[in-house]
Amino acid sequence: MFEIKRSPWVLHYDGSSCNGCDIEVLACLTPVYDAERFGIINTGDPMQADILLITGGINSQNAPVVKQLYDQMPRPKVVCAVGVCACTGGIFKDCYNILGGADTVIPVDIYVPGCAARPQAIIDGIVKAVDLFEKRLEEHKQWVAEHENREKTDKSAAAKQPQKAQQPAGETAKAQSQNSAQRRSKNAKGRKTAKRRKK
Amino acid sequence: MKKRSIVPYGPQHPVLPEPIHLDLVIEDEKIVEAIPSVGFIHRGLENLVQKRDFNQMAYVAERVCGICSFGHGFGYCEAIEDIMDIEVPDRAKYLRTIWFELSRMHSHFLWLGLLADGFGFENLFYQCWRIREKILDVLELTTGGRVIFSVNKVGGVMKDITPEMAGAILDMLASVKKELKAIVPAFTQDYSVKSRLVGVGVLTKQQAHDLGCAGPFARASGIQTDMRKLGYAAYGDLDFDVITSNDGDSYARCVVRINEIFQSISIIEQAIEKMPDGELAAVVKGNPQGESFIRIEQPRGEAIYYVSANGSPHLDRMRVRTPTFANLAGLCETLKGADYADVGLLILTIDPCISCTER
Ligand code: SF4
Repeated sequence: MFEIKRSPWVLHYDGSSCNGCDIEVLACLTPVYDAERFGIINTGDPMQADILLITGGINSQNAPVVKQLYDQMPRPKVVCAVGVCACTGGIFKDCYNILGGADTVIPVDIYVPGCAARPQAIIDGIVKAVDLFEKRLEEHKQWVAEHENREKTDKSAAAKQPQKAQQPAGETAKAQSQNSAQRRSKNAKGRKTAKRRKK
Repeated sequence: MKKRSIVPYGPQHPVLPEPIHLDLVIEDEKIVEAIPSVGFIHRGLENLVQKRDFNQMAYVAERVCGICSFGHGFGYCEAIEDIMDIEVPDRAKYLRTIWFELSRMHSHFLWLGLLADGFGFENLFYQCWRIREKILDVLELTTGGRVIFSVNKVGGVMKDITPEMAGAILDMLASVKKELKAIVPAFTQDYSVKSRLVGVGVLTKQQAHDLGCAGPFARASGIQTDMRKLGYAAYGDLDFDVITSNDGDSYARCVVRINEIFQSISIIEQAIEKMPDGELAAVVKGNPQGESFIRIEQPRGEAIYYVSANGSPHLDRMRVRTPTFANLAGLCETLKGADYADVGLLILTIDPCISCTER
């Protein structure tokens, strides 16, 4: 088992489930199964949630709701589909109003089977989700760091804007960026030569 | 005229276990009108009768709702048995009664917990759900499932309760009774709990009657309605009274449901004592033809099952009228004039089961 470093918050949404998986998810949070010992806590606010537990299939009425919830969650995020309804549509797959499992509208990372999914299986899914969340968080941090670096270089390029402004208008953006890149390398050379001169 | 504004409530909301959307017209902090819009969980499972035969539909019917799943499977099977004139063995009738009452108990405990969560008493919520797990353990022991049992079939039941299992049920009932008695004062006597419940969301007897409310919601307003008194399954042989209250407020609904748990315990004890030996299921031959109309008492109130068959394995039509559907009108009435802060609690007091309502 991995080491738990953080407390991801869980958002639970009932797609079009029959309630069976729904109450099992709730039962997981109560003292007998106590999924909160893995550091998770149940929240009602998508803006603060890290893991989305979704039960039930997708129909045309709730598809925009599910999509919106997913979009409102901050990155990184993990989605866990609980019950066969959320995995594939389950027993209701042939119903006219069911579009399919949760993965028809949002990317799903973890599938918990069962009808109804047993608390043990749900806890297993939650543990996997917490693990995946840790990994995603690391990746996300790296991504943020790279992004910040790039922003910094962009900013330093933007600081030399006055030179650019002297250039004749009408040049394409590509040419501009090429120019600025050339200029940057030129500057670098210039700096090098300056250094050499100092020597 | 004061300024009116519309506050959308749901479908995703912290106090709501299930998605329902309400548009609340409010004036200052008071609700003037509540307009529900439903359909978030509509699956269209009644239409599956065209793709599944009448035996398979028992499992689909069970999944109308996961909380009152036993009742839905039971109601559907009763309707088919009525059409085909099947005489269900007595032992099967008693077994069905026992399981039905066990699922009523777990549903009421679930509701008590959600209510406690609704008024912010987290500890009480956990206590209710901890006790509920004991009932689920017994259900798992006897049927093999925790929330979806699949023990009903057309003609009878598939599993038996052995004497050891019956002993386990009686033990569980005794301990649940004791633990429930310990937490009842928290609901009925606690000062802060009472301040959230007493006099909140009053529905008069006349209103409840006019709006056609059902189940504990109507009984708390003084209406004597309990379909179990029709005597289906083994209820005709068992001794119980209809529990009502005359206050019609949230407190009355809470008390009625708590008393119903004690009532269920006594019904199960009687049923286990009187249960005869015998077959578990009658033999089913041929296909149903005709139509039938069955009323049963679900944990949330009266549910109606209509089945129409044409002599082929596939039914023409199945229709379920669920108690929450009947109670939604009453809910909108109780919301009028309520404080905005009480909305979540009031929605909970009808014990909404949206997935039944929308199917
Ligand atoms: S998987 Fe089964 S229990 Fe879960 S929501 Fe679907 S039908 Fe209900």
